Amino acid sequence: MNGTAPQSLLYLDGVTVSFEGFRALNKLSLVVEAGEMRAIIGPNGAGKTTMMDVVTGKTRPDQGDVLFGGDIDLTKLDETEIARLGIGRKFQKPTVFENHTVIDNLTLALAGDRRARAAAFWHEDAEESARLDEILGIVRLGEHRDRLAGRLSHGQKQWLEIGMLLAQEPRLLLVDEPAAGMTDAETKQTAELLRQINRDRTVIVVEHDMSFVRELGVRVTVLHEGSVLAEGSLDQVSADERVIEVYLGR
Amino acid sequence: MRQPYTMRMLDGRGWIFLVVLAAIAVVVPVLNFALPPSSPFYLQNHWVPLFGKYLCFALLAVAVDLVWGYCGILSLGHGAFFALGGYAMGMYMMRQIGTRGVYAHPILPDFMVFLNWPELPFYWYGFNWFPYAVLMVLLVPGVLAFVFGWFAFRSRVTGVYLSIITQALTFALMLGFFRNNFGFGGNNGLTDFKDILGFNVQAQSTRAVLFVLSALALALSFLLCQWLVKSKFGKVLVAIRDEEPRVRFLGYRVENYKLAAFVLSACLAGIAGALYVPQVGIINPSEFSPANSIEIVVWVAVGGRGTLVGAALGAVVVNYAKTYFTTGLLAPYWLFALGGLFVLVTLLLPKGIVGTISDWIAREKPMNGAVANGGAAEPAPKPAE
Ligand SMILES: Nc1ncnc2c1ncn2[C@@H]1O[C@H](COP(=O)(O)OP(=O)(O)OP(=O)(O)O)[C@@H](O)[C@H]1O
Ligand SMILES: [Mg+2]
Repeated sequence: MNGTAPQSLLYLDGVTVSFEGFRALNKLSLVVEAGEMRAIIGPNGAGKTTMMDVVTGKTRPDQGDVLFGGDIDLTKLDETEIARLGIGRKFQKPTVFENHTVIDNLTLALAGDRRARAAAFWHEDAEESARLDEILGIVRLGEHRDRLAGRLSHGQKQWLEIGMLLAQEPRLLLVDEPAAGMTDAETKQTAELLRQINRDRTVIVVEHDMSFVRELGVRVTVLHEGSVLAEGSLDQVSADERVIEVYLGR
Repeated sequence: MRQPYTMRMLDGRGWIFLVVLAAIAVVVPVLNFALPPSSPFYLQNHWVPLFGKYLCFALLAVAVDLVWGYCGILSLGHGAFFALGGYAMGMYMMRQIGTRGVYAHPILPDFMVFLNWPELPFYWYGFNWFPYAVLMVLLVPGVLAFVFGWFAFRSRVTGVYLSIITQALTFALMLGFFRNNFGFGGNNGLTDFKDILGFNVQAQSTRAVLFVLSALALALSFLLCQWLVKSKFGKVLVAIRDEEPRVRFLGYRVENYKLAAFVLSACLAGIAGALYVPQVGIINPSEFSPANSIEIVVWVAVGGRGTLVGAALGAVVVNYAKTYFTTGLLAPYWLFALGGLFVLVTLLLPKGIVGTISDWIAREKPMNGAVANGGAAEPAPKPAE
């Protein structure tokens, strides 16, 4: 993988993360090209979430390179700086601001000046309110606009968080288990939504739900014990014996 | 038609608060001044500075609510900012005493003469000039809060640890101010004030003016805080309170928001202290005692955290109860009463007086925009079907 180096949007090479001796990531190497959507699967504890923690600055790797856009070293930056570069994240456990309304959640996420003084004097302009309405439509929360986010159903919270990701206008979206706790119909819609987002953004999505991954129809990376076990189309990796053994066959 | 922003900014309870405050600001001096002492409605002189003191505490509580209620910073050291503002004002009034002190020294306050200090320490310079003192009322608490917050928030100290170091801050200051060589009057503090801007601090008219100024300071600070918490800045604060890491992943510099709120809060506490000292006539190091800072948090909890109005109300209610309890037979039991009150409130009214009433009103008329589709608690219709 070293050959493909820098120009990719996200480039991880030899990334190792240990928690008290336990290697959550073990010389992980992963390259995602601009405009791509990548699905990441793997058993519980494979290190999928930890990989996202490393990319978004929550966890510092012990070793390895994490480059964004070819030359930006993400291991030197903190969460805020990385978010400002255009990397957005949806958490495994839906994390929205429960005491804020749906629209306020989106407003907080909306791309714009993040400085304190700008926030104090901020007033929504026509362009921004149009953008917010558009996002509300995309994530189908239009009729819940003024509802407290804490009152939404689990699936709606997932969508609100995806809406917040959209509002952030990131270049790269890291989406951790977006279909967890959703009905089949919702799962399908979520896959559709991600495909739509992928038209102009790069997406990395972690998911356990195989029908969802099939629905996405994209390149799949299988993680196991902190490193890549297999990579290819879903059909290719599902035929891989090691993958069947550690993950699919259980 | 859109209403002007200032109108939209205030909700029902905000208006009620301002109207009641305005009424108090007028009625208290009128009942004291315009009525003859024989009238049944006559307000005795000692009530005016007492109510003024409550208003200063209310302002202090609003300041604490801004950081605790909205941003989750449980400061147990706000008494320090209050006391520093008080000391700045006290230093101004000490310098006004001039030759009227016991030792009649034209420059040095009595306690410095007593300690055989040859000259005024440099940090007392300028305090004879009122605008400078006012500047220090804001600057000293503000700068301390900035330095403290800069280190604490940058190193991501939160929760109990932050509360403990705020206690340590006020405790350290208390020990310092107790020392004679610190130059602030040691354990006696600053007292025996004569006048402020040429007006006798003991005069009933001066007290009335100070009372009205306290009400005004409370109203303006309330409006400032209310504006801030309704702005996007305030929404970021609440987001930090509830899900701090998430706010960072949205690209906000969390420590800057906390720092801004903390510094503003400290300045408001300083103003409260500066208005308090001329009304009570003394400032001493016990104002820094850790228990004082904890008491402020109790006021806010009783009134209703995260409501601003509740903080002010809680400060007045608890302090009125304190005045009532600590004068008379029940005096020895005040601390038990305060502790009991806190336990009761946390168990029975976790949202405080104002929060509970708001919830109750919201339940009476659940139909407003927020829950227009089918009741508050029900899960919303699934978008899928
Ligand atoms: N902060 C931490 N401290 C200690 N161990 C951790 C920490 N974070 C993760 N781990 C461990 O690292 C391993 C990888 O965790 P991670 O959350 O990345 O797995 P995952 O692939 O996302 O699993 P899942 O499918 O269950 O979400 C797990 O064994 C987990 O217990
Ligand atoms: Mg995970």
